[in-house]
Amino acid sequence: MEWANAIVQGVLLGGLYALLAAGLSLMFGVMRLVNLAHGALAIVAAYAGLVLVQKTGMPPFASIVIVVPLMAILGWVLQRTLLNTALNRQALAPILVTFGLAVIIQNLLLELFTADNQSIDVGSLASSSIQITPDIAIGVFPLITFIVGVLVIGLLQQYLARTATGRAMRATSDDREAAELMGIDNKYVYSLATAISLGLVGIAGVFLGIRTQFNPTFGDATLIFAFEAVIIGGLGSLWGTLAGGMILGIAQTVGAQAFPSSGVLLGHVVFLLVLAFRPTGLFPKVVNG
Amino acid sequence: MSKSLAGAAVTQTVKVRRSTRSSYVGVAVFAIAIAALAIGPFAFLTKGNQQNLVTLFTYIILGTMWNLLAGYGGMVSIGQQAFIGIGAYGIVYAADNLGVGPIIAVPIAMVISGAIAYLVSFLAFRLSGGYFAIGTWVIAEVIKLVTTQITALGAGSGISLTAFAGAKPEIRIATVYWMALASVVVAVLVTYLLIRSRLGAGFTALRDDPTAAATLGVHVTRSKRVIWVAAAMGCGLAGALLAANTLRVQPDSVYSVQLTAAMIFIVVIGGIGTIEGPIVGAIVYFALEQYLSDLGAWYLVILGSVAIIMVLFLPQGLWGLLSGKGRIQLFPTGYRLISGPPIAEGSKES
Repeated sequence: MEWANAIVQGVLLGGLYALLAAGLSLMFGVMRLVNLAHGALAIVAAYAGLVLVQKTGMPPFASIVIVVPLMAILGWVLQRTLLNTALNRQALAPILVTFGLAVIIQNLLLELFTADNQSIDVGSLASSSIQITPDIAIGVFPLITFIVGVLVIGLLQQYLARTATGRAMRATSDDREAAELMGIDNKYVYSLATAISLGLVGIAGVFLGIRTQFNPTFGDATLIFAFEAVIIGGLGSLWGTLAGGMILGIAQTVGAQAFPSSGVLLGHVVFLLVLAFRPTGLFPKVVNG
Repeated sequence: MSKSLAGAAVTQTVKVRRSTRSSYVGVAVFAIAIAALAIGPFAFLTKGNQQNLVTLFTYIILGTMWNLLAGYGGMVSIGQQAFIGIGAYGIVYAADNLGVGPIIAVPIAMVISGAIAYLVSFLAFRLSGGYFAIGTWVIAEVIKLVTTQITALGAGSGISLTAFAGAKPEIRIATVYWMALASVVVAVLVTYLLIRSRLGAGFTALRDDPTAAATLGVHVTRSKRVIWVAAAMGCGLAGALLAANTLRVQPDSVYSVQLTAAMIFIVVIGGIGTIEGPIVGAIVYFALEQYLSDLGAWYLVILGSVAIIMVLFLPQGLWGLLSGKGRIQLFPTGYRLISGPPIAEGSKES
């Protein structure tokens, strides 16, 4: 049953989209900033993983341990310098600044790595799979991606729900001024949110680099897929974002099964249908945390 | 307005004016420049010059349209390439397949762009801010992917404009040049009149504070839709001119997000929220492109960095610097109070 297989592959792909989308959603939730450089930064992480694996010969999964803190530091610095300044300027500034950042990153990557497709080599893991039924085989690597995606989203949810800084983040999200009056340092919360967001992008970027061939222009599609997962799932809900990622993944793999060259288009169509009929998303936030 | 001055009642006369001395100078300068450009092909412009100027005129139209959206409507779109592409395909389809000739095909292409923009607005307007920006981008991707499925439009490989076949190159190039010159004049003037109109005052109120504008009776969604459709028609016009200038339409280039990036750079460099800004920005962008495009990807790295610096530290753009913080206005859109000579009470009837 190739359709069932396509659905399973779509669900697994959804784990990757959810990882990408969670960071985008977190930054928007905390500071109402839509980071248009989100996709480009995921490709930075993919190249970082590639360089580490190629230069040091370390196992690809080990590179995540280095890429994630590097991306988190990059996020912290970006927030302290560029993004906080942009948030204090006129309303359009954050959108324009992050768009400019995306253009800069994409073209720097083009200069450094050329436009050639590359991917992070994981050896036999890339092709190994578990046979479930005669027709359905689950790739080991997509399964790992999915499990990591679910675990990370679960951890993030717990972090926001149960820790003091997590509560500070939700408080800032609900009412910035009130949170500030309660003694919460907005700048600290913002920097932390961006650091976490880019840490997630670090994981997602390395997984993306293992999963597919990528090049510097890949950031555009990455941003769009992350955004679609957020909107399909509904703003403000992390589990919704995971579901949104899975729905987008299924739409793309089933779409590709039906019309081989139109998987991405059918993903967009599902997004537009949700926008038309359920603009708040399929799983909007009911209770925070 | 009356005030007491040394015991005698004095009335201050106040006049409301839109035009300024600089705007009269501006109109004169523009009229002379347009007249000179119009006779250019007979006198001093080579075919290459004319083709380059068509590109510049296209940039001015694109910058003006993106400025209309973001600078007056408060809508940051990253999906305007959708309407550029529709305009480019529209002129080829109307001129070649419907056989109406390239000049009549331009307004047809614009109407198609406007109609699709109208339909699409019902989806795009469900999002706002940064999500609106990415949403418009998705819509542009969908329109591109759908276009590449249509075999009548050349599918993935694109189509050529053949309506000019048989015309002498100098006649064709000059025709496209005059079309572009007329288009840029009309596009800037229509945008200016739109901004000056009652509707335009609503737009500005809307951009500055949508809630307050709505309370004062501005039809928020309707006004945004007027801007959105007008900007799409302008982008369709630019797309039609690009197709007429290069005679070739390829989906990956006419639907490229780089075109919207160019629009953003033009507006940010020139100055957002003024009519003059995008014109200045387009000239600067065009010049930079001529001289720096050899740098390859570094060129866009530099452009992106300049844009970020301008947004953060010089939000009024180059025109803001040149005009001395808005004192010089070539296209005044606001109203100014001019105080006349004071008149002693009683010396004037009524």
